[in-house]
Order: sequence, then C-alpha cells, then structure tokens
Amino acid sequence: MRKITYANAIKEGISEEMRKDNSVFIMGEDIGVYGGAFGVTKGMIEELSKERVIDTPVSETAFMGLAIGSAMTGLKPIVELMFSDFMAVCYDQIINQAAKMHFAFNKKVPMVIRTASGAGTGASFQHSQSLEQMYANVPGLKVVMPATPYDAKGLIKSAIKDDNPVVFLESKEFYNDEGEVPLEEYYIPLGKADLKREGKDISIITYGRMVKTVLETANQLEKEGISVEVLDLRSLVPLDTDAIIETAKKTGRVLIVHEAVKFAGFGGEILSTIVESDAFNYLKTNIKRLGLGYHPIPFNKSLEKEVFPTIEKITKQVKEMM
Amino acid sequence: MKNKYDKDFLIYLLEKMMVVRKFEEKIQALFSDGVLHGTTHLGIGEEGTAVGATMALENQDYIFATHRGHGQVIGKGADVNAVMAEMFGKKTGVSLGLGGSMHLADIEKGIFGTNGIVGANLAIACGTAFSIKTKKEKDKIAVAFFGDGATNEGVVHESMNIASVWNLPILFVLVNNGYSVSKKLFEMTKNTNLLERAKIYDMKAYEVDGNNALEVFETVKKAREEILKENAPILIVANTYRLSGHSKSDNNLYRNQEEIEKWQNKDPIKALIGVIGCSKDEIVALENNVDNIIKEAVDFAKNSPEPTIEDILDRVYAK
Ligand SMILES: Cc1ncc(C[n+]2csc(CCOP(=O)(O)OP(=O)(O)O)c2C)c(N)n1
Ligand SMILES: [Mg+2]
Repeated sequence: MRKITYANAIKEGISEEMRKDNSVFIMGEDIGVYGGAFGVTKGMIEELSKERVIDTPVSETAFMGLAIGSAMTGLKPIVELMFSDFMAVCYDQIINQAAKMHFAFNKKVPMVIRTASGAGTGASFQHSQSLEQMYANVPGLKVVMPATPYDAKGLIKSAIKDDNPVVFLESKEFYNDEGEVPLEEYYIPLGKADLKREGKDISIITYGRMVKTVLETANQLEKEGISVEVLDLRSLVPLDTDAIIETAKKTGRVLIVHEAVKFAGFGGEILSTIVESDAFNYLKTNIKRLGLGYHPIPFNKSLEKEVFPTIEKITKQVKEMM
Repeated sequence: MKNKYDKDFLIYLLEKMMVVRKFEEKIQALFSDGVLHGTTHLGIGEEGTAVGATMALENQDYIFATHRGHGQVIGKGADVNAVMAEMFGKKTGVSLGLGGSMHLADIEKGIFGTNGIVGANLAIACGTAFSIKTKKEKDKIAVAFFGDGATNEGVVHESMNIASVWNLPILFVLVNNGYSVSKKLFEMTKNTNLLERAKIYDMKAYEVDGNNALEVFETVKKAREEILKENAPILIVANTYRLSGHSKSDNNLYRNQEEIEKWQNKDPIKALIGVIGCSKDEIVALENNVDNIIKEAVDFAKNSPEPTIEDILDRVYAK
C-alpha cells in the first residue's frame, strides 16, 4: 500500500470532503500560501480557492465564533488553530458557545477545530500542552486524537461530516511520520477504539502521541516474553467503553499511558470505566497510570523527552505489574 | 540629530545593535547545524526599534517583549551569555533552560520576558503599570512591545482601553514590520494607519522610522517623560521590517526578493554607521569585539550544565 505522512493524510481527508461538499471551508492563521505552521494545508489554496481556504487575522476569538455562527447557518467550517494551547485565548467561544449551542437552540453546529497538540518539538511550555481532558469534560464537544496517518484521514472525514463541534487534536510530533493509507475512500467512525496490537499478558490503553512509544515498547517486551495488548482509544468523546472493558477482562492487567499531565488527566476516567464495571473482578493487579508529572513542559531537549512516559518507564512499569 | 550625542554614546548604541544582529545570526546558524532545537523568531532588520527603544529606558522600567524579542531583551540589559545559554536550554540560561527563545526573562533587570502568546503581554504590562501607579513609584514606567499582527487580538484593544481610562504609566511600542507571519498588514487590517488605533482611546501616539535607531531612541525618551508628566499611556508605532523569515520554518513564499532587497538597503545598522560616520577601522574593531562577545557566549552556553527534573519541580509553585 502507498505511504503518506500524517500531515498529508489530514490534508487528503479535508480536500476530499471539500471537493464533495461546497459548504465545507477551512480557515486559520497562515493556512493559505504559507501552508499552515505545520504544512498541513500546503497546496490547498491553489486547488480549492482563497474563498474556501481562508487566512484569518490573529483573532482567535473572532474566527472561532465566526465558525460557530456559520455552522449554525448552513456552512461546515474547519478551523485550524496553530497550536492547541491557543484554545485558551478563545475558550469562551469553545466552552460556553460552541459546546452549548445545540442545547440552547436545538441547532446543529457542524464544525471541526483542528489543532496541533502535545510536545516533542522543543516548542516549550506555551506551545506543547495536551489539554484534551479539559475538552472531554465539557458536554457538547467531541474529542478526537488520531495517532497514525490512516486514522487521521478516516477520522477527520468523519469529524467534518459530524453535526457537532469536534475538537481534533493532532500530535505535532507525527506530522512528518509516514504510514499506509489506501487510495480508496474510507471513514472511521468517531468513538471506536482500535486494537493496535493483540496480546495476552497485559493491556496498555493509550491514545495520541503515546501510541507510537507504547507500540515500540510492546515490540521490545515481546522479545522478553511479555505479550502486550495495545488499545488506542482514538477518540475520548465518544469513548469506546466496551473496548476498554473488553481488553481489561482479557488480560486482567491494565496500564494507562498518556501524554497529558497524569494528575486529573483522562487516565482517571479510563481507570474508573474499568473499576466501575465487572472487569474489576478480572483484575490480577492494580491498574497503573503513566503521564506527565505535575509541572509545565520544559524547553531543555533531554528533559522534554524524559518528563513523558518513555520506553524505559513503560517497560519498568509493565514488569512491576507482571 | 547626531550632534546632540557624543560619539561614545553613538558607538555604544551601534555596538548593542551589532550584538543583537550577530547573536541572531549565530543562533540561525546553530539551528541550521542542528545544534539548537525548538523554534525561534529572529528580528534581523528590526534592531533599530528593539535596541533604540530599550536603550531609552531606565533600569527600573519594566518591559514586556514579544515572541520576537531577543533584541528587546538584550537591549534592556539581559546578560548575553545567559540569553545564549537559554537558547541552548542550559541551567545558566535566563530561564534555567526551561523556557527557550519565547521565554527569556530577567526580572531583576525589569525584563518580564518574551512571550509565546501573541498579545498576552499587553495586559500583564498594564498590571505592572497599575502597580507602579498604586505604589506611587517615581520615574518608572512599563513598556509593552507588540506587532502589527497582534493588533488584531482582542486583548490588545482591552489593554489599551484600560490603560487609557485608568491613566496607567505605560508605553505601547507597536513594532510594525508589515507582516503577521505570511500576511501583509493590509490583508489583515482595513485601516493600515496603525497610529489611528490610539484615537479611540484618546491616547497620544507617535510614529517613527523603526530603522532609525536614534529617532526611536529620542521618541521613546520623550514619550517616557510625557507619560510620567501627564499620567497617561502613549502609543509609538515603529515602522520596520524583518529581513529574516518568520520563524525557523519559513520559505518566504509570501514576499518577493525585490522587497527584501529594498529593506536591506535600509538596514538599521548600516544606517547608524552612516550617521556616525565610522571609519573602516572603527567598524572592523567593533565587529571583532562583538564577534568575541558572541563567541564567548556560545562557549559559556556549551560549557554550562543542564537543568534537572528537580529544577523543574522547584519552579512550579512559590514556596
Ligand atoms: C494567541 C496566539 N495566536 C497565534 C500565535 C502564532 N503566532 C506567532 S507570531 C504570529 C504573528 C504575529 O505577528 P506580529 O504581531 O505582527 O509579530 P511579528 O511576528 O511580525 O513580529 C503568530 C500568528 C501565537 N503565538 N499566539
Ligand atoms: Mg508583524
């Protein structure tokens, strides 16, 4: 199968939807000729016109609100926010407006907020955060975090088709990573986790940037005779609780790994999903979580690596649980 | 204009600008060589504004720099070695190596940092101006730098309004380099006369040639006096140009070579050399001196220790 990058997979997904549906448009800072801060929209303005690939002023509140208004009146906006940290600049529009519009007016808000999330590029503490748990905690929003080019394309297409505001968090470290993406069109439904690897001794439940690290760890552990199952949630809202419960029952050992701050992070929700279900009775050992410590993300290169779950840390944790 | 100043001062101003230029050229090279990681926003071509403005301030003044702030920070007196070490992520850096280019601070010297969130610094700067006013501190102002792109952020309007209606001792320095990343000013703002932004706040405003360091210096000095005397904020619009790309990853697809060359001819450093009338020998001596400063800074950075996880944890909360 052909291989394309994560960035190009997202672009393909968006472009396909835009060709099919004239009401879909994309806007954001420097997404036109510049091609976006991470090159996702490169070449789109040439193909799809500047009326549909729109450069905005540095006015996040205005264009986020504009997206909501246009979504409620027949258009399907995709907003590119350069860094997910900038959502904080337009929090009101996302939390109090976009998420509440259907509840308030019984009106659909078919919009996608695409944004570069997470660390790994030395962008320091205002440009590296993983804030997904904050959005997952706001009813009305959907939260999607693809970890491969294949998932990214299938999920962005479903996100665009969805009638609700979808926060689409792209791992910026993945943009240039290549993966297999078929030429034929496909969609991946929101809310379906993906078993990235089957195993029988322990389940690692993860999503986003950590999927890659976890898979690498699982491959290494295989050589040491530990069979690791890896479940990639792909979307936090809706959450595939069935898949979580199923894998927990299957292996009886669960490690949760995410990039976001561990304290009050989404891992707590995954853990609760298990212990509140009958999977609790299948557990052979305590569920464990790995995530970022309770501190901002440092600029220093080696520290920026070290503070997140690494192959070494995950391996050590798995072995302690066996 | 130059006759008002003795030559030593003019040379000092020139040398500072050269330090900033060579500092940025050095980190540009270090990024290309893969020695530095992360990203950075260079202000090559904007030294007249960054250094001219900050050198007109007093030690006790506060500055709030932009994301493109190496020049603003070094101009205000940050130690070049420590700024370089920060670029390397070293413990001896101005922010312990935990911040990098967008988080260069030296509170002792009144430098409240470069900032990664466009426009956010204006509001915080208003807070320090409020503090100066409340504590009745004499001969002290706050200065907030921001770009033409930033003027489209809501926080900029909100900050300028509150500064004006509360009569805060703050100077807003709008570094108008004509671009917000890849977009020209007129594409993002209908009224490109940014001086008029001050009108709606009933705020005094001056426009300067940002590539004329002396003009920037004089205007900021004058504005500083007026802010103190009249108890009201002032806006200065400095028109300049960044010769460097927006950030590390910029292919300059949005502008042409002709435009860049036009501004190369207005290079603020060359302009100041012309005004002073430096001899060839003087320039060579200056350049050698500055090269040494930069070399020493790189050596210092390279030989410095890395921060540790304890350094991180120690900094999260005040104790
Ligand atoms: C709130 C926020 N939005 C967007 C960005 C990304 N960004 C960084 S610099 C920049 C352009 C700002 O233009 P201007 O204020 O003119 O400053 P210049 O880069 O020209 O120095 C943008 C959009 C950011 N850092 N913060
Ligand atoms: Mg600008």
